[in-house]
Amino acid sequence: MRFVDEYRSPDIARGLAAEIAELAGDGHHKIMEICGGHTHAIYRHGIPDYLPDNVELVHGPGCPVCVVPAGRIDDAIAIAFEPGVILTTFGDLMRVPGGQGSFLDANSRGADIRMVYSPLDALKVARRNPDRRVVFAAIGFETTAPATAATVLRAAAEGIDNFSVLSNHVLVGPAIQAILDAPGQDLDGFLGPGHVSTVIGASAYEFVARDHGKPLVVSGFEPLDVLQAIAWLLRQRQEGRAEVTNQYTRVVPWEGNRAALRAIDATMEPRATFEWRGLGEIPWSALALREEYAAFDAERHFTLPGRRVADHRACQCAEVLTGRLKPWQCAVFGTVCTPENPIGTCMVSSEGACAAYYHYGRLQLGRDAHAAPVPSP
Amino acid sequence: MCLGIPGRIVAIEDPEIGLATADVGGVRRKVSIQLLQEEPGGGPGIDDWVLIHVGFALAQIDEQEAAETFRRLEAIGDPYREELDELASSDIE
Ligand code: SF4
Repeated sequence: MRFVDEYRSPDIARGLAAEIAELAGDGHHKIMEICGGHTHAIYRHGIPDYLPDNVELVHGPGCPVCVVPAGRIDDAIAIAFEPGVILTTFGDLMRVPGGQGSFLDANSRGADIRMVYSPLDALKVARRNPDRRVVFAAIGFETTAPATAATVLRAAAEGIDNFSVLSNHVLVGPAIQAILDAPGQDLDGFLGPGHVSTVIGASAYEFVARDHGKPLVVSGFEPLDVLQAIAWLLRQRQEGRAEVTNQYTRVVPWEGNRAALRAIDATMEPRATFEWRGLGEIPWSALALREEYAAFDAERHFTLPGRRVADHRACQCAEVLTGRLKPWQCAVFGTVCTPENPIGTCMVSSEGACAAYYHYGRLQLGRDAHAAPVPSP
Repeated sequence: MCLGIPGRIVAIEDPEIGLATADVGGVRRKVSIQLLQEEPGGGPGIDDWVLIHVGFALAQIDEQEAAETFRRLEAIGDPYREELDELASSDIE
């Protein structure tokens, strides 16, 4: 499984497909992938076409933009309208609908919300604008949290006093925990996320096997990676084992990135609870700045409205994010809700399950007899 | 933002704060390698490949993996191009 040619080799894919079919036997296997990158790969390469009918893939809450609650968007916009504020954020967040519109809508009403590539770019905006208050609306799992953490450390070292962070960082482990604890949960195994695991390490998922008896295989993003990881999951099931294994060793270390974890731990601590769009309140599932870095915490500088906004009535992101519903089964999928005009966040982010399916779903249509017709984009 | 983009280190600008210049698909931008400097081998040097997330190199990879990742990202299309545009606008120090 190491060389480009092999990855592209249809023979290897067919071999893995045959292996999967044999390992699957007569049982039903429901496997959740938790990473937006995997959702993308699965749809793009038509992975389900290689799987027997009794191996079912469902999507988890692997896209941090998809789970940010509308109320947090409103909070950020409220900050943006405070005097002298420049709000900075990643491009992914600009179109996410809050209760009162998106960041783009706020800009058209006079707010100064700027897109940055890196939190270090946000820090630079602060350096260049000493008379303004520059806030970075941070988002992401442990993939981006180290960047925010390192930036806060840098701001502290340089004594920059007009920079703060509105942290919406969320944690992968507690999200998986919440899904495992949900009533009626019937998952048989997990494809472990890719890049976030470079930070937290494959070992971070051991609780899934130990406490819940479910196998988890950290997987790469190539189609053959995903097929191989599925085969490993099924082999564990066939042999009655539940372990955490790492298929993506060429990028993901077992223990994670120590410097990154230490930067997070130095500057941030888990919140007792945080709201996830679609999943509700999840204990200890997000990061806030520590007391020692209060000077850089936008939540302590500004009064946030903190209003909870109910999700759009028609939106079934909650069901999609927990694997209970396939995107195309949502009543407004592709009609009222499209990437150009998203109703739910699963359609906003390209890594959301609804958007991924919208872009690639037609590839799969022949197969899913129960799929609703997908309108052409 | 969730897309890790491969870059090849072409210069170490400031070893003290871990600032380097990376070539990312032909675009040269400053990135932080500070989070890799503790890894065995002392972190990436000139010509090494790294996976970059929002301006920070988070993992060292080999050339093969970098090529694979590029190919996959290009296939993703627009979101990848947007990410590259954002990276091109980045100017960290
Ligand atoms: S199709 Fe749109 S409204 Fe329906 S679940 Fe997906 S994002 Fe929500």
